[in-house]
Amino acid sequence: MKNEWPLWEIFIRGQHGMSHRHVGSLHAPDAEMAIKNARDVYTRRNEGVSIWVVEARHIAATAPGDKGPLFEPSESKVYRHPTFFDIPEEVGHM
Amino acid sequence: MAADTEKLLQFLLRTGDNTLVLSHRVSEWCGHSPILEEDIALANTALDLIGQAQMWLGYAAQVQGDGKSADDLAFLRDAWDFRNVLLCELPNGDFGRTLLRQFLFDAYQSVLMGRLIKSSDETVAGIAAKASKEVAYHVERSADTVVGLGDGTAESHKRMQVALDYLWPYVGEMFESDAVDTAMAEAGIAPDPASLRADFDALVGRVLAEATLTRPDSPFTHKGGRTGRMHTEHLGHMLANMQWLQRAYPGCEW
Repeated sequence: MKNEWPLWEIFIRGQHGMSHRHVGSLHAPDAEMAIKNARDVYTRRNEGVSIWVVEARHIAATAPGDKGPLFEPSESKVYRHPTFFDIPEEVGHM
Repeated sequence: MAADTEKLLQFLLRTGDNTLVLSHRVSEWCGHSPILEEDIALANTALDLIGQAQMWLGYAAQVQGDGKSADDLAFLRDAWDFRNVLLCELPNGDFGRTLLRQFLFDAYQSVLMGRLIKSSDETVAGIAAKASKEVAYHVERSADTVVGLGDGTAESHKRMQVALDYLWPYVGEMFESDAVDTAMAEAGIAPDPASLRADFDALVGRVLAEATLTRPDSPFTHKGGRTGRMHTEHLGHMLANMQWLQRAYPGCEW
């Protein structure tokens, strides 16, 4: 594994106005080649107008084991969803 | 066929066969590249090149005017009718040599397409305009890889220098001129190949210097591909592979 190129996470913006979305990952020796590889791997069917690449080791992530304390408390708090308001007709579609 | 038409046809075959033959060579890497990302990138390049071949040979077939198609030209001509430069038909060698050949061709092609977009022939200008965007990406990518490998490890540097020594004698053919080229230049359809050399040398010189590779200084040039006088022994083997299906099952479609 010592000779492997670093792993890069790839984010593509599908069209103007949309945000970049994570589409997958790939290996590359540096950021420039990561962008080129991403162009070839993830935009060959006209999927994008912009590419971001981030070396995977720079991404800090939650630990799967912390799922309980982090996310479960919000499961039972339906009142946090703004679905209990009556919206006046005049407002129209929100 | 009028003399002018015959010369235009020869020009189109030369330009189209370069991309067709190189496309097939590059496609031979499909499934065999050192890493997945390069495999996909090379396959993309091969597909771009075959798209260009389709346009050039499609126009060639139209100019030829005897009811043949681009497919007929690609799959039913024999080696002596091909007009690609020898560089394009050379065996791939290792990955480094393939990428170096790609860079040398991309550099030539990027200079040529830059001129052809101003061609007096609207179809030629149109094809060049479409191809030039692909070529701009190809040359950027292959140049980066040549620098990466040339200025990489001792092993990759050595392999790239061996590849350059092997390939360099095939570079000169791209800049040879004959009566076809003179006629194309006079009609404003295509530049005299010799006039592309300075731009090519500047680009290639810059990249090879960054790649810490030494350009051989021998002026010797293998030639005979673009005139059809003599191809290398490799083309026939390649065509046998490429054309086998249409030869065995004429007109087969799927």
